[in-house]
Amino acid sequence: MDFEFTRDTFLSLIAAVPMTLSLAATSIAFGIVLALLLALARISGILPLDWFARLYLFVFRGTPLLVQIFLIYYGLSQFPAIRHSFVWPILRQPYWCAIIALTLNTGAYGSEIIRGGLLSVPHGQVEAARAAGMSRFKLFRRIVMPLAIRQALPGYGNEMISMIKSTSLASIITLMDITGVAAKIISETYRAIEVFVVAGAIYLAINFALTRLVQLVEYRLSPHLRRPPPAAAPIIEGEAL
Amino acid sequence: MSAAIPPTATPALSVRDLHKSFGPVEVLKGISLDAQEGDVVSILGSSGSGKSTFLRCINLLETPDSGEVTVGGETIRMQTTKSGSRPADRRQVDRMRSRLGMVFQSFNLWTHKTVLENIIEAPIHVQGRSRAECIEEAEALLAKVGIAEKRNHYPAHLSGGQQQRAAIARALAMRPQVMLFDEPTSALDPELVGEVLRVMRALAEEGRTMLVVTHEMGFARDVSSRVLFLHKGVVEEDGKPQDVFANSRSERFRQFISQ
Amino acid sequence: MSQPGFFDLLSLGSEGWGRALLAGAWMTVLIALSGYGIGAVIGAFGAWGKLSGGKAIRVVADAYTTVARGIPDLLVIYLLYFGGSAAITSLGRMFGAEGFIGFPGFLAGALAVGITSGAQQTEVFRGAFKAVHPGEIEAAIACGMSRTLRFRRIIAPLTLRHALPGLGNVWQIALKESALVSITGVAELLRQAQVGAGSTGLPFDFYLIAGILYLAISSVSGGVLRQAERYFGRGVRRG
Repeated sequence: MDFEFTRDTFLSLIAAVPMTLSLAATSIAFGIVLALLLALARISGILPLDWFARLYLFVFRGTPLLVQIFLIYYGLSQFPAIRHSFVWPILRQPYWCAIIALTLNTGAYGSEIIRGGLLSVPHGQVEAARAAGMSRFKLFRRIVMPLAIRQALPGYGNEMISMIKSTSLASIITLMDITGVAAKIISETYRAIEVFVVAGAIYLAINFALTRLVQLVEYRLSPHLRRPPPAAAPIIEGEAL
Repeated sequence: MSAAIPPTATPALSVRDLHKSFGPVEVLKGISLDAQEGDVVSILGSSGSGKSTFLRCINLLETPDSGEVTVGGETIRMQTTKSGSRPADRRQVDRMRSRLGMVFQSFNLWTHKTVLENIIEAPIHVQGRSRAECIEEAEALLAKVGIAEKRNHYPAHLSGGQQQRAAIARALAMRPQVMLFDEPTSALDPELVGEVLRVMRALAEEGRTMLVVTHEMGFARDVSSRVLFLHKGVVEEDGKPQDVFANSRSERFRQFISQ
Repeated sequence: MSQPGFFDLLSLGSEGWGRALLAGAWMTVLIALSGYGIGAVIGAFGAWGKLSGGKAIRVVADAYTTVARGIPDLLVIYLLYFGGSAAITSLGRMFGAEGFIGFPGFLAGALAVGITSGAQQTEVFRGAFKAVHPGEIEAAIACGMSRTLRFRRIIAPLTLRHALPGLGNVWQIALKESALVSITGVAELLRQAQVGAGSTGLPFDFYLIAGILYLAISSVSGGVLRQAERYFGRGVRRG
């Protein structure tokens, strides 16, 4: 066991963690917005929106992420119109191409999770809010969304872990994330096993931390599922109401 | 099935001093029973009395901690290990089980097979009989329990009563020496209980040896030849129905039947 | 030089890339199938280990599924391909061979897909077995069925029925993962598209066609799986 090599590898890989995390966090954040829009489109009841969302899901869940990345990074450069437009400075950068591809991809998977959460809100609770006179928007914001989020959290937690793993594909279009640095070290030294173990351990650590974080949020969001607080002392003794 | 069965010296089923604990709780505290051929034994008791456990120990769905089970003269050999006792010979147990037909509270028909396939499954694959013979016998059994037209249906498409009758036919197809019924009507809607009890009564009148754990007092009183009352793992009443119901010695039993 | 039109690219003649792309699609299916098959074997053993194994086996199985589901598939491919190549090369050097010997890309790819798919299938089989009504298994025991007979006639078919939706999902994942094998140079669909894109300078066209072909394979297999689900689910009441 070459400790020096392992230590150097570890340090090089750790330096790449910010890239991995920034790719993941940015696309997850944008992806949630896209996922919400798609989910709403599907349950809106407006047929063209529903069909568009379904087509989107079919395409983005039915093709490999790598193909989507290649299409955006390599494919778009085929068109002179794009190369000469104002978006080109962004689109020629591997970083933003990766973000776009990852966002479009997670938006598709996330939308089904959010849709499941939205559909799981018990109809009775919606009716109660409507009977109390809540406007549709307020109802959505204060009743439906919080319940939907609680329901969707475990599934979305899984999607986020999946995203962390998906960021590794960015290494194929030259980005130096954890996998990119690992590939470089492996191709230079051919010591695949040691690098694999260190890189794998780092990914596992990130996923473990993420899982804990999601569990914490789940816990904080569901006081109604925890043990009831100890009964408060009665204020007035004597007669029942 | 042959008609009058002469009393034999060897009981069809013999249970000696069965003990069974689940963790610290002793559920069976030394139960013994001899069932002759043609006996219809109703086993009564409140929940927790151990009656289901007792039945399940007979075909070793539960393993008794001590005691002996003898079916048709053959005793199940047990061996003691560090973690308790175990059957010594698995193949002997499988053989015993194929001579005991069990009918469960939740029917337990195999949902991926049709009713007919359910009935012929064990005779063909466990007893090695020919497919043609098994199908022929299955058709007869289906007619006997009254669901001949459901032969190619899947269990999910049958009512509870029909499923239980199919389960009885499945048990009968193995030509068992003794039939074990574990609360056969407890999971049925009230209006479906009757059709199952009718089939069981017909079997009793044929001379089948049956052990029935049940809450149906009518069956216990009118159809069985013997009634056992279990309380907290001990036999408190054991005798002919007319004797037990009329002149019970146990206060608890009288309480039990008055509910 | 005039750029070939989109549909010229697709032609199956010697001018067009149609044949190469279809060959790539076929290779993709082969890699995905092999990997999926390996994963099925691993999954069956893994589920069995988790359900009825001793403490040691369960720990190993848990470690395997945690690791395989927590690290990127790309890393696994790198490990197998580069690590395997290094191993073979040094092995060859012991016998006097010179130079670099590459680990076969197809093998590395199929194994990588198999390892990650195996972890997923372990969980699918495990969940499916737990969904089987224990009463049906008890009835089989009560009939005197031996362990092997029980497994073959009752447990396996019932587990499979519950496992099918999950297994279908895992197949789609394996199919998409096979695209990663392109980095080893194996001539599957994405690699062929890359070659074509490089040769003609038309990356968008080629990756678009590749995407369409992936969709086609995915749709057809999805249809087959739905039929299988219908067959195995016969007799189950809807809802």
